[in-house]
Amino acid sequence: MPDLLDREARTPLRLGGDERLARAELRRQIGRLEAQLASLFADGFRRVEIDAGVAAVAGEPRALDLGDLEAIRDSLADRIAEARVRLVERSALEVRNRDLLEQMLAAPHEHKWLRISRADIGEPGCGHWHSRALLGPIGMLMGWWRVKVSSGCPLAGRLAAVEQRQAQD
Amino acid sequence: MSAPASEPTPDWEPPSTPGWVAPHVAAEFPGLGISWIEVDGRPGRSPEPVDRRLREASDRFYGAHAIHMRERPIPWAYRVFFRQIGLDPDRTRTPVEQLALDRLQDGGFKTRGLPADALTIATIETGIALRAFDADRLEGPLCIRDSAPGESLDGRPGELSRGTLLIADERAPAGLLFGATGKARTVGRDTRRVAVAAIVVDGVPQIAVDEALWMVSATLQAA
Repeated sequence: MPDLLDREARTPLRLGGDERLARAELRRQIGRLEAQLASLFADGFRRVEIDAGVAAVAGEPRALDLGDLEAIRDSLADRIAEARVRLVERSALEVRNRDLLEQMLAAPHEHKWLRISRADIGEPGCGHWHSRALLGPIGMLMGWWRVKVSSGCPLAGRLAAVEQRQAQD
Repeated sequence: MSAPASEPTPDWEPPSTPGWVAPHVAAEFPGLGISWIEVDGRPGRSPEPVDRRLREASDRFYGAHAIHMRERPIPWAYRVFFRQIGLDPDRTRTPVEQLALDRLQDGGFKTRGLPADALTIATIETGIALRAFDADRLEGPLCIRDSAPGESLDGRPGELSRGTLLIADERAPAGLLFGATGKARTVGRDTRRVAVAAIVVDGVPQIAVDEALWMVSATLQAA
């Protein structure tokens, strides 16, 4: 009994059995988590940056022990949790932006100079909606506001022409 | 009508050889394996049909492919295996993801000559991790094992840390399982036969491995 009360006296843990099954289970969990992270990474493409990095525990390939596998499993789980939070926050922002876009389309004069891009509402492409005054200063004085919808991404032909002109210059 | 030079002969099958995996490594990583073929092939500039295939592959590959690649079964299997052996696949890229990244950065799959281009085409099409060695400098069959105490890799200073996973022949390590190749076994100017090895991990179907080796062999033989 005295040795149980003595905090300095350390009795080594006796790990019985084969740890291989535990390692195999951790590897299975890593595989499942990697699939979830890949899916979240793809969901966040062009919407929010998802950090999928988990620091390497070895400089060179090797069979990892239980502790290292657990660390990777836990890091992946953390990354997934962070990614889910960021995606939920982003989705909420996109919903708010869509509501704002509807309000702007209904009443451009109440949202002067407001510009909402397709990316802001979670849509692919380069277009945007911009509340602008018709006929410039006259429209501003008269209160003639409208929402202008951009034509989207620049055409490849136009970009090629710009590059050609720059090359000529 | 004879087939174009770039087209593989359809009734020809390369005799791939399954390699040995050290029993304790195989017990840790069920599904890990290596298959290889030996093909006549001299390093050099890729012929036009190979260049054209690279260009066509570039035209079919966009950023979205790279992003969604990790959701596909074979690239995912290699990513998982990288995690399981302690590598971060977002830093030490799997072969197919490295090619995808290079494609986006360079604006196309750049030709690097043969046999590298043959491996690139096969990896893009199948996702399989492939390695090339100078076949005449290998001694005996290839295997996957962990390093023994005191072993080193040609061209790299210092000893390998114990337990490093390797591709090796009967005499010495030929390269890290994913990473550097030993200098003595690298494909060089005087190479006349190329050993192309496919590293198989759990979740990768054998048919994809056979397809990858067949594509490399056909490309090299047609060149």
